[in-house]
Amino acid sequence: MSSTALLLWAKGPGFAFAAAVFLFGVTLRVVEMLWLRRRPDRSVARGSGALQGLRTVVSRFLPAPGLVARSPVVHVGGMVFHLGLFAVVFLYGPHIAAIRGMTGLDWPGLPTGAIDGATVLTIAAMIVLLIARSKDPVRRLLTTGADHLAWTATLLPLLTGFLLVNRVALPFETLLAVHLLSVELLLVLFPFTTLMHAVTFAFARYYAGAIAGRKGAHS
Amino acid sequence: MSTKPALLPLLDSHGISRRDFTKYCTGLTAAMALAPAMAPRVAEALERARRPSVIWLSFQECTGCTESLTRADAPSLEQLILSAVSLDYHHTLQAAAGHGAETARLKAMAENAGQYLVLVDGSVPLGDPGYSTIAGRSNLDILHETVAGAAAVVAIGSCAAFGGLPAAAPNPTGAVSIGSLITDKPVVNLPGCPPIPVVMTAVIAHFLTFGRLPELDSLGRPRAFYGDTIHDRCYRRAFYDKGLFAKSFDDEGARKGWCLFELGCKGPTTYNACATVKWNGGVSFPIQSGHPCLGCSQPDFWDAGSFYRPLSQPWGADGHLAANAVAAGIGIGVAAGMAAIEAKKRAAAERQPVTLADLEVKP
Ligand code: SF4
Repeated sequence: MSSTALLLWAKGPGFAFAAAVFLFGVTLRVVEMLWLRRRPDRSVARGSGALQGLRTVVSRFLPAPGLVARSPVVHVGGMVFHLGLFAVVFLYGPHIAAIRGMTGLDWPGLPTGAIDGATVLTIAAMIVLLIARSKDPVRRLLTTGADHLAWTATLLPLLTGFLLVNRVALPFETLLAVHLLSVELLLVLFPFTTLMHAVTFAFARYYAGAIAGRKGAHS
Repeated sequence: MSTKPALLPLLDSHGISRRDFTKYCTGLTAAMALAPAMAPRVAEALERARRPSVIWLSFQECTGCTESLTRADAPSLEQLILSAVSLDYHHTLQAAAGHGAETARLKAMAENAGQYLVLVDGSVPLGDPGYSTIAGRSNLDILHETVAGAAAVVAIGSCAAFGGLPAAAPNPTGAVSIGSLITDKPVVNLPGCPPIPVVMTAVIAHFLTFGRLPELDSLGRPRAFYGDTIHDRCYRRAFYDKGLFAKSFDDEGARKGWCLFELGCKGPTTYNACATVKWNGGVSFPIQSGHPCLGCSQPDFWDAGSFYRPLSQPWGADGHLAANAVAAGIGIGVAAGMAAIEAKKRAAAERQPVTLADLEVKP
């Protein structure tokens, strides 16, 4: 198969399959989760659950006071990784162009140099976090093969994207195809691994905040 | 070896001085990534009175490659060089027709056996040879006959190099590239729709100067011209790197000369020399004129979807597919939710309460 044919496959049928699995899986997991519902709380509400729930979705982007000092690597590393990943995925011109083409949405991006820097930082943070995790006996016990799979599936698009933009090895077309295939792997795994937290975090935070809010407490 | 009118008087008659010719050879030498000291050798090889013959075969093509070389209204330096140097057979350019033309080809082949170059534009129909014939003979036949005594073959244009537009899905004629048919001779691919004229001349000049073809890449293209992508050499690259893109053909970005990536530019995947050598004597090239690169020198560019879709945009998924996937997700999600609730109820109903007695250690 020529690199052009591979690229065409990755952009056409390959992407169609990955996008279908992604949309199907994410919808399935969200609908299933919502369908389970919560037991109705019959007590008299002492505060607004909904408001506190929404506030918690946002407020938990920042770590609770004192936590950064207690485990700096997890918090700083986690922050760098998540912000970096967000910038790389959503603020790079060609990515915006792809999303614009599929959804019609558009927003300004960052210069290539900034995205390059963010990619390096994101990959570095991933490696540091993995090492920290493997050194901590408790988290090592909690880590499963699926977590390593999710880690690898996240690393691959970053790595291939970096090689692609900087034209390291292989012709651009081949690298672009490999990059797209790595994104497709990520899309397929997303709904069925811990990667799904990129969607479910909002529900989890909302529930936690809303339960506390009804009781008149801060979450 | 064919004896042709001397090159310099011919150029002179078209208002091209020796100085212009020397300058051209220096440019050619630089374009071929050769040392500047080689320029006189290149000039000398082109000037030589006796040189190997060139036979140009045209199969399933649109004559755009010849057009590129001749530029119809005023003959280009490239065409003059090629004609004066050695062109012994070319449907479009030769005066002879019918049997006379075919005789010229056979004569050139016999006189230059083992040494002539065969230039081919157009692809060969393997599905039904009747789609393209010359003097009642199939393209495949003529190709094999002509190439048998050749020193090397040059596939000119994307059709000859990779199948081209005739090979576009569903490829009704069964069009194939020249390289896929010729396995026992060196084949150099000069893709492009059409290829840059100087690239054709340079390959011939290289062959005449050194007696061999230039260094090729994995797709059989001369590295000197196809070693970099358009994007690597594009003057709009600074805008790409700053994230400044034209979003339509007449927006502010387009007027300011920003990058054309979002308008579908295939520069990043296209290996060619348009951004450096340019067209029409170095005047401009598509991106400079405000149009995204189509990627016309890449294999399969004809089947790669819209010219105006950004390179990074996949096209496999459409609204229909998305709606079906979401609908399936909702359906199965609800079913899974109901099953989970049922399982929970069943577990609650079947739960065996643990009593104190159960927990006591039995002797
Ligand atoms: S116009 Fe095309 S080739 Fe030039 S920088 Fe933009 S994407 Fe690259």
